[in-house]
Amino acid sequence: MSEPFATDHGVIVSDRAEPRPYMSPYLAGVGLGLVLLAAYVVMGRGLGASGAFTSFVAAGVETVAPAHARSNAFYTEYLGDPGTNPLKNWLVFEIIGVAIGGLISGMLAGRVRKEVEKGPRISVNKRLFFAFVGGGIMGIGSKLARGCTSGQALTGGAMLSVGSWAFMIAVFASAYAVAYFFRRQWL
Amino acid sequence: MNAPFYKFGLFGEDASLLVALFIGIGFGFFLERAGFGSARKLAAQFYFTDLRVFKVMFVAIVTAMLGAFWLSWLGLLDYTQVTVPSTYLVPQIFGGLVFGVGFVMGGYCPGTCCVAAATGRLDGVVHLFGMISGILLFGELYSFIEGFYTSTPMGRFTLPDLLQLPFGLTVFLVVLLALAGFAAAERLEKKFNPSGEIPS
Repeated sequence: MSEPFATDHGVIVSDRAEPRPYMSPYLAGVGLGLVLLAAYVVMGRGLGASGAFTSFVAAGVETVAPAHARSNAFYTEYLGDPGTNPLKNWLVFEIIGVAIGGLISGMLAGRVRKEVEKGPRISVNKRLFFAFVGGGIMGIGSKLARGCTSGQALTGGAMLSVGSWAFMIAVFASAYAVAYFFRRQWL
Repeated sequence: MNAPFYKFGLFGEDASLLVALFIGIGFGFFLERAGFGSARKLAAQFYFTDLRVFKVMFVAIVTAMLGAFWLSWLGLLDYTQVTVPSTYLVPQIFGGLVFGVGFVMGGYCPGTCCVAAATGRLDGVVHLFGMISGILLFGELYSFIEGFYTSTPMGRFTLPDLLQLPFGLTVFLVVLLALAGFAAAERLEKKFNPSGEIPS
């Protein structure tokens, strides 16, 4: 662990301190599972992520082109009845919580820092390009599958949904199949 | 106890949004604790150097599955009132294959990129905007995709239905599968990353 150092203002800051190690994956898994169980027990539903972003997209399209959004069955499913606010939605509030919870945990462990996550053999610009395109591909995949790792793999997986298990197996199979081609980004 | 509480009308919609916020905080907290705010940690799964994606996901699935199973067995939770995502088998398998490519390329999934963005990872922010663009593209092309998207609908279709096994036995088999998976994961990590040094 490096020494705390003084800034120009004479304030001792400790952001040079080593970030604390991550939690045991088994323990973190139990924590995550109990949160999911709480959602089942309190709400009768599970977790989600991609659905919240679809609400953002549908609300954005409706703001820019209301008639266009209302004529699209995919958007209307996320817009709800006319006159209701599509962002007053369970998953939208949950995803805001996800960002807050992540920030709390990161701050407690000294892991909040401005950084680009990448391997040593790729430039920052290339990594950000891959992050954007990969994010786009993932967005399309999550919509085709009606959910992502949260809404399908975790939520549907623990409820033993066949579609969720098929999705999860497909995700791992495809990620392992293409990992070789992206090794320069990570290793 | 009458659970799920919301479905039995113990509180209304406005309160449910507050519940959503707190459930989300718990979710995000444990995602970050698990190391899922870091794309390198997540990607390590696919190079066998750190299999925590698999471990965390399966422990979480087993924990929630057993919890729901026991609570319903004790008569505290009405299992039929808990939403099971409807199965659309072929688009879900195809969507999973597409998703997997995006995972290795982008480095995050939709939930973890929020955690990454919230903890200062610029690639997480970019991934998030890429994902929003992908969803927008899907929405704009929906009229062409709709036929495939709604194909092979199977409704609430679970593993006990598929395997024609009792619910409890299926739960037990999933636990066994997970335990075997954890043992295999530990061995793989020792083989591919003997020093235990993880690209952090």
